[in-house]
Amino acid sequence: MFDPNRRRQLLALTGAALTAVVPGLMTQVRASDLVPTRSMRGGSNNYLPNAPIVKRIGEGGFWMTGTVRRAGDGAPLEGQRIQIWAHTTEGHERDPHSHGATLTDTNGEFRLEMPQIVPAFGQAHGHLAYDSDDFETIFLRPVMSSPKDKTLSAHFVLKPA
Amino acid sequence: MPRYQFLFVWLCLFLVSVLPVIAAGFSPLLAWRQPIYILAGFTGILALVLLVFQPLLAYTHLPGIYRLRSKHIHRIVGGSLILLVLMHVVGLWITSPPDVVDALLFRSPTLFSVWGVIAMWALFVSGLVVAVQPRISLRVGTWRLLHKTFGAIVVVSSVVHVLLIDGTMENVSKYVLCFVVLFALVFSYKNTRT
Repeated sequence: MFDPNRRRQLLALTGAALTAVVPGLMTQVRASDLVPTRSMRGGSNNYLPNAPIVKRIGEGGFWMTGTVRRAGDGAPLEGQRIQIWAHTTEGHERDPHSHGATLTDTNGEFRLEMPQIVPAFGQAHGHLAYDSDDFETIFLRPVMSSPKDKTLSAHFVLKPA
Repeated sequence: MPRYQFLFVWLCLFLVSVLPVIAAGFSPLLAWRQPIYILAGFTGILALVLLVFQPLLAYTHLPGIYRLRSKHIHRIVGGSLILLVLMHVVGLWITSPPDVVDALLFRSPTLFSVWGVIAMWALFVSGLVVAVQPRISLRVGTWRLLHKTFGAIVVVSSVVHVLLIDGTMENVSKYVLCFVVLFALVFSYKNTRT
């Protein structure tokens, strides 16, 4: 019969092997069938529609970055308008001057310089929105791993409207 | 109680109450907040400080304060807690209405707001039990047990709420104050005298 210790070892090994292999298989499946991003809780809080496209929000010093891709094939989407706002060193989330928008480049990437995000309502976090006509509206609310970070990123996978 | 012991207890209580408030006054975050948001934060900190005293007052554990006096102050502190929590919530609501609505409806993305709202309701219920007690003729043991249970929920939920927040409180004074708040609760409930 099996020694219980050895059986435990085998179980642990099988578990480890599964955890190593299964996520790999799942990402392979997903690459060809990219699922749309879902809006995050509280993502639309203090949203102001039609934030203007700006070169920079306020005095800058902090970078919001990310990508926009199409659900399914994952093709990068160019010229998509992403709106960004946060509580920063220059204003509250509700202040219109804390809001701005930018467009994605040919690689579906966007980068917008903005003032340093500082913790508000218990967490250092930003807000992003896609709400143009071609795809379904998405609101994101990424949280910074440290309030000292100088950059924050968020990724959109959009589903045609 | 010997004089030095009396002074030591009150000195500790004084420091544990005042230092966290002073430390929060030096928070860099204040520079980027409007007065109403700052007020909302500080009413929360003051409420946490009062939680140290509330169970100690209920069971007459504060040196130099005798039974009737202690009970009387306990009631005043209880009313002040309700007032401070209302100011805290209204101040936050003025600062960012959707975040507070999310919190009150338990659909906030931040876990600490769930604990904050639980603490708020437990505080209201705890106060309500005292307010209606003479009218609905609850047995002394029953209302006392209810009041005590909800009081414990207030304390534990408030501490979790505070520990999960990245806000204006300085970390060391925050942890010490939270520890003292829990200690005051456990000490008072283990040494009940009415």
